[in-house]
Amino acid sequence: MEAVHAHDPAHGHDDHAHHPSGIMRWITTTNHKDIGTLYLVFAVTMFFVGGILAMGIRAELFQPGLQFWRPDFFNQLTTMHGLIMVFGAIMPAFVGFANWQIPMMIGAPDMAFGRLNNWSFWLLPPAATLLVASFFVPGGATAAGWTLYAPLSTQMGPGMDLAIFALHIMGASSIMGSINIITTILNMRAPGMNLMKMPLFVWTWLITAYLLIAVMPVLAGAVTMVLTDRHFGTNFFNAAGGGDPVMFQHIFWFFGHPEVYIMILPAFGIISQVIPAFARKPLFGYTSMVYATSSIAILSFIVWAHHMFTVGMPAAGQLFFMYATMLIAVPTGVKVFNWIATMWKGSMTFETPMLFACGFIFVFSMGGFTGLILAITPVDIQLQDTYYVVAHFHYVLVAGSLFAIFAGTYFWIPKWTGHMYDETLGKWHFWLSMIFFNVTFFPMHFLGLAGMPRRIPDYALQFADFNMVASIGAFGFGLTQLIFLYTVIKCIQGGEKAPEKPWEGADSLEWTLPSPPPYHSFETPPVVK
Amino acid sequence: MISKWARSLVVAAALAPALASADRYNLQTPQTIIAHEIYDLHTLILGICCVIFVVVFGAMTYSIIRHRKSLGHKAEQFHENTTVEIVWTIIPFIILVGMAIPATKTVIQMKDTSNSDLTIKATGYQWKWNYDYLQEGISFYSSLATPRELITDNSAEGHKKREDHSNYLLEVDNPVVVPVGKKVRIITTADDVIHSWWVPAFGVKQDAIPGFVRDSWFKVDKPGIYRGQCAELCGKEHGFMPIVVEAVEPEKYALWVAEQKKKMAAQADDPNKTWTLDELKARGEKVYAANCQVCHQPTGMGQPPAFPALSGSKIATGPMAGHLDRVLNGKPGTAMASFKQLSDVEIAAVITFERNSWNNKTGDMVSPSDVKKLRK
Repeated sequence: MEAVHAHDPAHGHDDHAHHPSGIMRWITTTNHKDIGTLYLVFAVTMFFVGGILAMGIRAELFQPGLQFWRPDFFNQLTTMHGLIMVFGAIMPAFVGFANWQIPMMIGAPDMAFGRLNNWSFWLLPPAATLLVASFFVPGGATAAGWTLYAPLSTQMGPGMDLAIFALHIMGASSIMGSINIITTILNMRAPGMNLMKMPLFVWTWLITAYLLIAVMPVLAGAVTMVLTDRHFGTNFFNAAGGGDPVMFQHIFWFFGHPEVYIMILPAFGIISQVIPAFARKPLFGYTSMVYATSSIAILSFIVWAHHMFTVGMPAAGQLFFMYATMLIAVPTGVKVFNWIATMWKGSMTFETPMLFACGFIFVFSMGGFTGLILAITPVDIQLQDTYYVVAHFHYVLVAGSLFAIFAGTYFWIPKWTGHMYDETLGKWHFWLSMIFFNVTFFPMHFLGLAGMPRRIPDYALQFADFNMVASIGAFGFGLTQLIFLYTVIKCIQGGEKAPEKPWEGADSLEWTLPSPPPYHSFETPPVVK
Repeated sequence: MISKWARSLVVAAALAPALASADRYNLQTPQTIIAHEIYDLHTLILGICCVIFVVVFGAMTYSIIRHRKSLGHKAEQFHENTTVEIVWTIIPFIILVGMAIPATKTVIQMKDTSNSDLTIKATGYQWKWNYDYLQEGISFYSSLATPRELITDNSAEGHKKREDHSNYLLEVDNPVVVPVGKKVRIITTADDVIHSWWVPAFGVKQDAIPGFVRDSWFKVDKPGIYRGQCAELCGKEHGFMPIVVEAVEPEKYALWVAEQKKKMAAQADDPNKTWTLDELKARGEKVYAANCQVCHQPTGMGQPPAFPALSGSKIATGPMAGHLDRVLNGKPGTAMASFKQLSDVEIAAVITFERNSWNNKTGDMVSPSDVKKLRK
């Protein structure tokens, strides 16, 4: 006994080196980098699953008539494309970035709660399995749209129940991940790094994590009420039983609007790291960036009903939500101005991360402008539920969130893998993505203005030309993403050795670590002056 | 396909200047005062956005071109300027106020449904509209008139037919008829799920919510046929429930009203009539075509598993009570809705039809009085 005791502390020290290998390394890991990698691999997998569904949608819409799918299966495609991209691709990708980067950027050895972190990730594969498996149950996947509006969602088959459980599980995962992120940021910063010295990516994630904790339970509540309406005789959303179908929309969008900022704030964070690095100039207006991010987050809680201008609110309600929504343009504008001011009189080079960042500002802003147009209640009433809205949210979610994810991947992958990625392939990926993205989604503005509703499997003849253009763009965009996959795999497998700091102008703490960084990022905290 | 795509590209390029002002690049030509205001608001705000776009991205493009390392530009190290930051917070705010003022006026105008000359209630069903002219007592259903085969025929010939079929998917059997120059208040509600009544040229889009009543209004300037679609996802046939409004001169409208009233009187079934099996079956076939065959198919084979076959089904060949219950009350949790809104005769007819068609040869006849007894 004595001997064992005496040995214990020494064994404890060695423990780090003895982590399991093979599959068990990934299943039991509590390491922020391993978990970050798992999140990113999961996200990219779901991105391709969701992408295949999108190809199915665009194939059907290539020309008028029903060519490939029955209308109910088409609705399953649009619904599951939305759910998988939002909850399976974009959100987990950002959590992957948070896991990899936050400890390294604040000078910590790891995330605060290693086991919780492991559990947050390993909840996701079962949730994704439920979602994908729902295609194979009787009646197929839910076809009520990603917004799951009741009472349409109460009509669905068992696929709806699987989707509800998947959302419950993913919500629990997000909440645990957020608790971990907040605790890590608030407690584990290197000495000297006060809040206003944190890199902006850390700031945006801190705010995003609070948003997640605030709204994921609301979504869970909404879908649980749908579940009990479906199976246990409640009438929350059934007017015949005294319920209110519109109440679902209020609850859903109270979650749903902050959710769109959950998907864009970390993107703002990434862009705010990338631009100063390639402009070789500090970020302009750091303080106002922090305040702008916080304002956007706070405003996001009081604008939800702008998704519901056509349900018939009183004029006072419509006006309130219109004004509040328009206000969001101010802090968003400040961010764009700050990024451009950071570029102004810099000494810029345009490697792939910078290309994606510039592309982001350019195309995301177009999504911002259409957002402002949609904020105007009378115009929104005309454009609600048309392809204009589809164009708008793909401009902010694809050109916004996704392009930022690409920028961040190219920016940090030398750090993560220890290898430089193939710059030529990266540039091809950027230019083809940029061109095909616009070929796909720009014509949708015209379709929406001319009156094509969204979520329809077939359309009137005057919409045929632009739909064909959009479909061709979509196939091109889909294929282009294979370049990304190839470039990333190639970079993981080898390539030019990456130095500690491959980007001349980068200055946050992760660039003081070797590439790839040690298993426990900072065993001794660095001192920030 | 490629050649077709190339052809449409060439056509589009050739026509682009001519079509620049046409409906396909912009909101449809407005036909009501509200639609005009929406059109103008959109033009105004789009214009402001374009100016901002040019200024902001002009600066960004200039910077991208001039402030490059490859040109030997040295980075300056400034990173804040309070004056500039305040200016670019205040100016957007002022622009927003400028946008909000006209928008507010339009919102208030849109909401003013008072003093209407005519009230029409539009009820959304999966997947058709019902219109009730409340003062005139006219009531009718309006469903897609484009034949099913035209939508699903994928032969080259089918594709050609579609291309030649003007108003493909935007035509109905019974359009809404309204008089021009009169304020029409449209009340919306729904029977099953949320639908949305939308005619782009009128600037009216109002959700139709089961159990609730909402309203909106329009006053059409000139006679014509205006087309729209259901705008809220309402299930599998969401893309196939168009809205067609025919605006006519008031005199023509009065004639139409009189004609409709006559038609309704003729259509009303005599409650005391004694039906024969064949009569009921013939009537039932029409009811089936209008209400059932989208899901259960003209062949009665359905689209399993979501929409089961009726031909040979346990319900349609088993005890009559079960069949009556299913049609009257639907099956909760599935797409099978309640069809209570049909008349006793219609329900009796459609059940009789279903029990004596395809492979179903029960010989049963359901009489309207059987249905009446079951209603509470």
